[in-house]
Amino acid sequence: MAEFDLVMYEEEFKRIDEELQKLYQQANAKVLFLVDKNGQLIASAGDTHNIDTTALASLTAGNIAATGGIARLLGEKEFTILFHEGEKDNIHISLIGQRVILVVIFDQRSSLGLVRLRVKKASEALTRIFDEIAAKAEKEKVEGRLDESPFAEISDEDIDNLFR
Amino acid sequence: MSFINYSSREINCKIVYYGPGLCGKTTNLQYIYKKTTPEQKGKLISLATETERTLFFDFLPLALGDIKGFRVRFHLYTVPGQVFYAASRKLILKGVDGVVFVADSQIERLEANMESLEDLRINLAEQGYELDKLPFTVQHNKRDLPNIAPIDQMNAILNPNGMQYFEAVAMTGLGVFETLKSVAKQVLFELKKHY
Repeated sequence: MAEFDLVMYEEEFKRIDEELQKLYQQANAKVLFLVDKNGQLIASAGDTHNIDTTALASLTAGNIAATGGIARLLGEKEFTILFHEGEKDNIHISLIGQRVILVVIFDQRSSLGLVRLRVKKASEALTRIFDEIAAKAEKEKVEGRLDESPFAEISDEDIDNLFR
Repeated sequence: MSFINYSSREINCKIVYYGPGLCGKTTNLQYIYKKTTPEQKGKLISLATETERTLFFDFLPLALGDIKGFRVRFHLYTVPGQVFYAASRKLILKGVDGVVFVADSQIERLEANMESLEDLRINLAEQGYELDKLPFTVQHNKRDLPNIAPIDQMNAILNPNGMQYFEAVAMTGLGVFETLKSVAKQVLFELKKHY
């Protein structure tokens, strides 16, 4: 495989969630999402009830991928921040540590300047956490996992059951 | 690159439907969408032109059930088949866990199939993948049409390694779930190998 799979444990998830909650408060945001570059939602904060989070995650990743494609055509490595302005809501999308995408949705109660400032701070903390996750995955690759894997026992029957 | 979340007990896998323009990739997803219950599926997102040609991708999230207490989610994507969307096609293969190659069985599309398969191979290699090492299923679509190539010929050209293949009529659903199941099975067994 080209990259390692992303494996998230309770402990790291909690820390990520804490960072998101903090950013949510400080940036006066409506909703926050953390998405991996392949389009899978990792975590969110704020009121997500009226939002199709799975679709949003996949489209955001597509957006970042397309923008990355444009960047390379222009000889840039990547555009790290995207901003879309709407009538009521705005969306600020930024790349964190080349690995994950942070999406902040906000309205007139906040401002682009505030969001940018707070996102920058949060990015540093999140980058550290994801570095640790990567290091842990690397270590497990070498040493093997400590606890029992839930996938070791997957059988044909399990998969057949999914398609019943 | 699957995403395993021990915190929410979920496995997310990405499956991409690849193939030449108008071979029926989107039709596959539409049929799966139609035949699954609302609890199993999310919205079917289609980024298409006004004439319903896929512009960037289609996306369908599916959660068919649990395995060993983990909710298994498949994210199904299609690529735009038309040759000039090469740049977009490349992007969608990022982080792919399994590929379905949808071939158009009509004799006059044989060459388009071959071109698309070669394009898939090259685009995967650019991302550091090898097609031969990836979960891969071939679907020979449009078997209901009159001017089709024999299956043996299609396999000889598009499936020389003898991967699992299915004859399909995506419009009516024939072979659609069989194809999905085949690739899903390979993806999950791949996880079993690594974890």
